[in-house]
Amino acid sequence: MLKLETRPQPSRLWTYVAPLLAVVITMLAGAALFAALGKDPVAAIATIFWQPLFGEFAHYYRPQLLIKGAPLVLIAIGLSLGFRAGIWNIGAEGQYIMGALCGAAVALALYPMENGLIFPLMVLAGALGGWIWAMIPAVLKLWFGTNEILVSLMLVYVAEQFLAAMALGPMRNPDGRGFPGSRNLRQYESAHNAELISGTGMHWGVVAALIAVILAYVLLTRHSLGYQIRLTGQSPRAARFAGVRTARLVLVCLGSAGALAGMAGMFEVSGPAGQVTIDFNVGYGFTAIIVAFLGRLHPVGILAAGLLMALTYIGGEIAQSNLGLPAAAIQVFQGMLLFFLLAVDVLTNYRIRIVTREAA
Amino acid sequence: MDLGSISPALLLASLMVAATPILLAALGELVVERAGVLNLGVEGMMITGAICGFAMAVNSGSPLVGFVAAAAVGAALSLLFALLTQFALANQVASGLALTLFGLGLSALLGQGYVGIKPPRTPRLDIPVLGDIPFLGRVLFSHDLVVYLGLALAGLIWWMLKYSHAGMVLRAVGENHHAAHALGYKVVRIRVLAILFGGACAGLGGAYLSLVRVPQWTEGMTSGAGWIALALVVFASWKAGRVLLGAWLFGGVAVLQLNLQAAGIAIPVEYLSMSPYLVTILVLVTMSADKSRAPASLGRIFHASQ
Amino acid sequence: MKITHSLATAALALGLATGALAQDKTKVGFIYVGPIGDGGWTYEHDKGRLAVEEHFGDRVETVYRESVPEGADAERAISQMALQGADLIFTTSFGFMEPTLAVAEKFPNVKFEHATGYKTAPNVSTYSARFYEGRAVQGHIAGQMTESDVIGYIASYPIPEVIRGINAAFLHARAVNPEVEFRIIWAYTWFDPAKEADAATALIEQGADVILQHTDSTAPQAAAEKAGDVITFGQASDMAEYAPMPRVSSIIDNWAPYYIERTEAVMSGTWESQQIWHGIAEGMVEIGEITDAVPEDVREEALALEQSMADGDYHPFTGPIARQDGSAWLAEGEVAEDDTLLGMDFYVEGLSGQIPN
Repeated sequence: MLKLETRPQPSRLWTYVAPLLAVVITMLAGAALFAALGKDPVAAIATIFWQPLFGEFAHYYRPQLLIKGAPLVLIAIGLSLGFRAGIWNIGAEGQYIMGALCGAAVALALYPMENGLIFPLMVLAGALGGWIWAMIPAVLKLWFGTNEILVSLMLVYVAEQFLAAMALGPMRNPDGRGFPGSRNLRQYESAHNAELISGTGMHWGVVAALIAVILAYVLLTRHSLGYQIRLTGQSPRAARFAGVRTARLVLVCLGSAGALAGMAGMFEVSGPAGQVTIDFNVGYGFTAIIVAFLGRLHPVGILAAGLLMALTYIGGEIAQSNLGLPAAAIQVFQGMLLFFLLAVDVLTNYRIRIVTREAA
Repeated sequence: MDLGSISPALLLASLMVAATPILLAALGELVVERAGVLNLGVEGMMITGAICGFAMAVNSGSPLVGFVAAAAVGAALSLLFALLTQFALANQVASGLALTLFGLGLSALLGQGYVGIKPPRTPRLDIPVLGDIPFLGRVLFSHDLVVYLGLALAGLIWWMLKYSHAGMVLRAVGENHHAAHALGYKVVRIRVLAILFGGACAGLGGAYLSLVRVPQWTEGMTSGAGWIALALVVFASWKAGRVLLGAWLFGGVAVLQLNLQAAGIAIPVEYLSMSPYLVTILVLVTMSADKSRAPASLGRIFHASQ
Repeated sequence: MKITHSLATAALALGLATGALAQDKTKVGFIYVGPIGDGGWTYEHDKGRLAVEEHFGDRVETVYRESVPEGADAERAISQMALQGADLIFTTSFGFMEPTLAVAEKFPNVKFEHATGYKTAPNVSTYSARFYEGRAVQGHIAGQMTESDVIGYIASYPIPEVIRGINAAFLHARAVNPEVEFRIIWAYTWFDPAKEADAATALIEQGADVILQHTDSTAPQAAAEKAGDVITFGQASDMAEYAPMPRVSSIIDNWAPYYIERTEAVMSGTWESQQIWHGIAEGMVEIGEITDAVPEDVREEALALEQSMADGDYHPFTGPIARQDGSAWLAEGEVAEDDTLLGMDFYVEGLSGQIPN
């Protein structure tokens, strides 16, 4: 029978090989799925993984990878700090919404004034909105010992309803003929999160994501707070003996995750999305959780995982329109990729032994 | 404004129906969480149960076959989650989210041929004598079998957790898996069984939507019911009786707001729709004083390293 | 050797031929907000796409993307189609308005058609249907069919299009039945079968025996069927599977003629930006078969009403009509202007309750 044996240290080799293995297995399983649907499996797989990067229109898709990947990376970086310390914030979707709403609120309140300070102010408001939303589970955890997984999840639904109320009510575009949805911030110069260099997809959100990756890396490897985070995650008891103040850690981890998610929402609403609408949130907050795990909670890994995730989204979209694959098939394909990535992870931390049971 | 046009008996009767899918799914998840496992894939299992139950009912002409198939498929899907989390020791939050994504896609794929078809009708049990009692008869005794199954399941799980040996073992595993393991309980086996049960219940709940409550198949038709079921378990502080109350509350808010609107009463719909979630948070806070807290090992990975 | 050679030539010729053919083909793209299997809104747009394929055969190639979220993802989906050589792109939801305009600016040679919006550009047209004409026919039938004098209305969002529909249906129900009253539920969704079913049930339990819906699933039909003596009307699509009862008629969005016409215009190079709002007369709004559940005389009156709108003799918003607060809106014989209708944010006199927000 098979038996798992804990490795003294995560295998370095498998850390790199496992994700590749998962991608290969997914390709095989995906090919079978696409073939079963009557599509050319090789073409489908090639479309998903090749076209966005090196295909005919790669000049358009490569920037799109950044646009799709940036919010995922930004949110996942924030989440990973908490996850490392055993603090489970799964309400990033709500923090993302609140950040977008606060950022947009600043812009809509100041419209049509043009001023260079408006955008920085929006970034602050966005971060603040997400931060406040994340502080609710943090404070409740510290005061009452409530479970932050559940409180942060509940707050996602509250935020979604609040978003609908805003899009239909106070934030509705007064010139929009009564349709729900705010003004288009892309047409409001001071509030527009435009591409920094045209045609590259680089907007402030991408820059922020990259800065977040670097800061997180420095924090985790060079700073004592990073050490405390890692220690708490590995052994809460040991951390307490070592003098780690758990309360401060909860506030810092949830707070930074909330602020980053809020900023991601703000960059999205003022750039790629452009306006507050009822369906503004498309699940970045939840997908980012997966990205954080795929990236093994390591800043560089998260960067790679975010881009991989973006690749399957964009490649999947191309496959839909080029090959007529149903949207559902792409969703299944993504689900399989995640399953396999999670499954092969076991090889990094454990060794599989074949044990022959001796007769008693 | 015409409050008089709301009939309390009919309102309560439709509340029972509206509550059933989330009740079933939440009861399943309750058992899973009591075993110390957090499966966020409820939505995915529900919707896959909805289409598979629907398809089997349409093809066989029997709703019963549909419900059985839905439970089986829900369990099968949850087996994936069990393999990942119990054998490959993957993170439960991520695995559950992946399961939801997978289930939503799979159901849409399977359901492509079933749009616009009417399912065979699930008969309503009009219980002869009891059904004729004024008010109570309509509220309690004129539903289909699955409504009663939900109620019975709530009772059964309550009894099991509180009085049976199996329930005690389940709770022990959820509270402290290392201690349970030391006592000789098969932690992984018990958890896998709980996960399978949870999957079957979620599948049933989904099938109730597609076969009775709506009844038809459309992509994404659960629209968040699985997440509500998750909220419900928390709201109920992991107690079966409170899950039942919670299901009525959550179902009730939805039905009541529609009824108030129909009666011409202007209500802020979004703010009312938030309220069950805010109440749940409130419950979590007040519960902290109580000793009935979340299972201590909830969401933790168990690996018996000898 | 010879055989191989000729085969190669044949293959080459074939390849060239298909290549040349591909060049000639007009590529038409469709962006859908829902799945093509929704049985309502997107389903009908996709029928329009299939009609284009059938009509032009080898001369067109159609591509589509379903379940496209509004916002940044929509912009990418539209760009992608434009990049891959689409000549004409239909974006079929209001929420695609800003993305459509943004992409159109980058692809001046591609033509865009945006459904139900109000912003145009040199290469962006808008098109929508006068669904309220169909609502007038519904109201006419509903007013005479109801015995409880209570008509339930499942509305989606409080936007002009929906308010217009409520007003049109109400005016024509009142015209034939002064006792009739409307119960309105705002579902805040275009598509949520469970919620729509609950809404229909709530209305029925409060005495409604006619259910009108401005949401897209067939769930209210199923709820009405379960309840028994209740009639409904198909929305967006015919929903004929629920005929003859409860579904007694329907409003069908027929996009096919318009899609064919605009594809033709692109082929012949005569495409120009326009804003159109077509109704029964142009065939964009169709009244689905009125079933036997409706008495013959009511049926004939309804058909006559439909005909008068088709002929342009009658406008559903013809004065005298007062607003809900009693103030005058249209004088005797006055016909509502399109601008007022497009921004309609008030109920007409006789409707109770308030429009939310």
